[in-house]
Amino acid sequence: MSRLGIAGGVIQVLVVTGGAPVLTGVMRQVRARLEGRAGPGLRQPWSDLRKLLRKEPVTPAGTGELFRVAPLVLLATTVVVAGVSPFVTTASAIGPAADLFAVVALLAMGTATLALAAIDTGTAFGGMGASREMTIMALVEPTLLMSVFALSVRAGSTNLSAIVTAVVRDPARVASPAGLLAAVALILVTIAETGRLPVDNPATHLELTMVHEAMILEYAGPDLAVVELASSMRLTVFLGLLVTLFVPWGIAVTAAPLALAAGTAAFAAKVTICGAALAAGEVFMAKLRLFRVPELLGGSFLLALLAVAASVFLGAA
Amino acid sequence: MSLAGSGLVLAVAVASLACLAVLALPARFRPAAAGAGAALAGAGGLVSGIAMLSGRTFTVALPGALPLSGLEFTAGRLSGYFVAVTGAVAIPAGVYAIGYARHAGTSRSACVFLPLFAVSMLLVPVSATAATLLLCWELMALTSLLLVLAEHRRRPEVAEAGRWYAVMTHLGFACILAGLMLTGGGSLAAGRHLSPALAGTVFVLALIGFGSKAGAVPLHAWLPRAHPEAPSHVSALMSAAMVNMGVYGIVRTGFGLLGGGARWWWLLVMLLGVVSSLYGILQAAVSSDLKRLLGYSTTENMGLVLTGVGAAGLFEDSGHRMLAGLALAAALLHVAGHAAFKTLLFLSAGSAAQRAGTRDLDALGGLRAGMPATTAAFGWGALAASALPPGTAFVSEWLLVQALIHGLRSGGTIGAVVLPAAVAAVALTAGLAVATFVKAFGTGFLARPRSDGAARATEAPASMLAGMGLAAAACALLALLPGIVLPALARAAGVAAGPAVTGLVTLRLSGAAGELSPLLLTLALLAVMMAAAGCLRALPGRRARRAARLWDCGSGPLTARMEYTATSFAEPLQRVFDDVLAPETDIDVTHLDEARYLVTAVQYRRMVPDRIEHRLYRPVLAAVRAWGTAGRRLAPGSVHRYLGYGFCAVTVLLIVLAVTR
Repeated sequence: MSRLGIAGGVIQVLVVTGGAPVLTGVMRQVRARLEGRAGPGLRQPWSDLRKLLRKEPVTPAGTGELFRVAPLVLLATTVVVAGVSPFVTTASAIGPAADLFAVVALLAMGTATLALAAIDTGTAFGGMGASREMTIMALVEPTLLMSVFALSVRAGSTNLSAIVTAVVRDPARVASPAGLLAAVALILVTIAETGRLPVDNPATHLELTMVHEAMILEYAGPDLAVVELASSMRLTVFLGLLVTLFVPWGIAVTAAPLALAAGTAAFAAKVTICGAALAAGEVFMAKLRLFRVPELLGGSFLLALLAVAASVFLGAA
Repeated sequence: MSLAGSGLVLAVAVASLACLAVLALPARFRPAAAGAGAALAGAGGLVSGIAMLSGRTFTVALPGALPLSGLEFTAGRLSGYFVAVTGAVAIPAGVYAIGYARHAGTSRSACVFLPLFAVSMLLVPVSATAATLLLCWELMALTSLLLVLAEHRRRPEVAEAGRWYAVMTHLGFACILAGLMLTGGGSLAAGRHLSPALAGTVFVLALIGFGSKAGAVPLHAWLPRAHPEAPSHVSALMSAAMVNMGVYGIVRTGFGLLGGGARWWWLLVMLLGVVSSLYGILQAAVSSDLKRLLGYSTTENMGLVLTGVGAAGLFEDSGHRMLAGLALAAALLHVAGHAAFKTLLFLSAGSAAQRAGTRDLDALGGLRAGMPATTAAFGWGALAASALPPGTAFVSEWLLVQALIHGLRSGGTIGAVVLPAAVAAVALTAGLAVATFVKAFGTGFLARPRSDGAARATEAPASMLAGMGLAAAACALLALLPGIVLPALARAAGVAAGPAVTGLVTLRLSGAAGELSPLLLTLALLAVMMAAAGCLRALPGRRARRAARLWDCGSGPLTARMEYTATSFAEPLQRVFDDVLAPETDIDVTHLDEARYLVTAVQYRRMVPDRIEHRLYRPVLAAVRAWGTAGRRLAPGSVHRYLGYGFCAVTVLLIVLAVTR
């Protein structure tokens, strides 16, 4: 636990918590502008959260303790990932927790808990959302781990700090076939895991298509605020992992205030650009049928497998 | 005699006493005597196993106990590990049996054989000679078979499960017997030199025999039948302890008796492991019988263990002893983790099934209201089984993946092809396991009750809860502080020179970069959750929680029939893996007589048969039946013909003797 790691951890938690709703606002705004609407403005998600937090907490009839705890678990897993990943600095706040496998498992833990809460409501919508989300998650897991595998071959470790440090020392590695293939696979997986088009439409409440929204249909008031905040933080964390793994430029290597400020600014800028690009891409896409999603995920898995093969065979040559 | 030996002697003595007590005591006290006997025998085994792990040895030779060969037991670190795990499973299972059997009104035989079964499992790993091993193995198989049949009066399926189990366990026994006979000696000690072809034959025979006990696909057919039909504490003992004996057998034969061996052995083991884990978890994902689901999950977990064992063999073959130690330590840690969470899951599932009167997930649900402790126990077990932090399987699967990933550079071309495929399989297994256990816990215990039995279920008695509590504590220990057992594991594995993993709070791989701290991770999660809850409480203008209606589209209260069931939950997965599972669906639509367009009833039936069983076992069974039918013509019931057979046989025998002498 170094000074650099702790400084980075604190900054990251603050930046991700404060910035995630803004990122959601940016993405909605980009989409609105491209569709020819004025858009609600960047501060709208924060205003929504403030409104929800002031409302009366509500317990739907027949739900149990798990339903009330699930938003907190979702938030906690996301915050821990935001704290331990090397987003702003190359060191991690809790080094032994910054393993990429552990980070992936933590994010999956949040999803699984929310799915259990959705089943706990006993409504058809809750079960439907949980069933779909779990199916997608089960299929995403191999791609995620194979990409982790491909990236770890270069660094000789699955620790995030080690991978990022290796890339910072030798930036040309990113442009290798293995790096590019793994990047594409991880982008597809990020889209699936964060519930964006074409896997899930975050703006819909149509029973035929919703996945994430169906799971959180029964949440209201402060609980919903926590779920919404955690969901936007998840998106930020996934985009953050992408940019840290593939374009870690500007990341702080020392604990000097200037370096930390530069690292924070670079992280925010990169994630915002990524988010804006994702939103712009969504304008031109329609949602896939649920049973076509496995084909998309199969494709991304193939890319990840190729990335591993490339890292072994081309790396040795 | 050392602590290791006296612990086992105590276990045998207690189990024998408990059997006598069960036979002598009136029916009221039988479950208590049997359960206490099994638990105390387990405690003796645990003490003895820990002593063996720390290096104590003993040898007991009873030359007169068995004609020709006698009995011989000896201690070893690997044996000690499996004895300790078995003992640790027997304690909660025994405590649980006291309450379970009392309510189930179990027969005398079901009580007598419980301590015997526990003690026979303790003796299998310490057997020093082939004859002793086979005797204890058979004792274990027979006592477990009789325990599986305990509830045969109540359910006709039990008899069928028993038949499958009896046949398959004896086929496995025959394979082990043949394999051990081929080694040409009584002792199981290492260092015999066999020709490569003979050693390969011995290994394959042992793999079939021990693999069928471990429930490896395609020899798994008995497991998802027998484990669900047994009383739940017996299911726990079988699923958490007995299957481990298969792993022990494979490790002991491969690394110990035959001393390593060719690369194809371990590729075969890895293939078996990968196929078992994927097929097991897929079947579990679509199963809607709670205990059958857990049975298939056993196949999955044993598959993961075998993957680790196979990887260890591969690494040892290529001279990477450190990696081999890491892979074997991962596999052995998974054995212990699986034992802990499978005990917990079977015990809590057994309580739920007993109290609700069904183990069909589509009829369960809503148990959290009536059975909060059992629900919490199952939830903790489900978390432990699904490789999510802070669960038990998370640590061992992390170690397994680390071993596979770090082995990539050292495995040569075969490694570069096999290891990524294995990582992908482990990853898909992990993902499907999460979906499976979300389904099992969510539809089985949460939501609204789907039947009257589930709605009326009340909490299990104290002794059953105590059994679950013990297993839950073991899960927590292995999940948060795996560093306690890992050094012992490295020594037990005996493959690597030094410990493959060091550190108590933070696990560090030695010889490769990689560290993980499950305890710190859990503490961080808890701290953030507390902080977030505190922030929410401290919000200005916070009001009290109010109950509200669920969103019912304005059509009045939702009924249980509108809920997602386990079957509907698994439908998308079943559709995605259509080609592998090959489900069978029947839809019968009945129309009104007057109008073709009006429907009176629709019947929908869906079955997901075990495809491997259908494809592989049906032809074999048909062939056996045809053979039997053909043989029946020889025996038409005529006394004259039988006398003729006897006469012919004697004549042929005399001619053979005359010619050969």
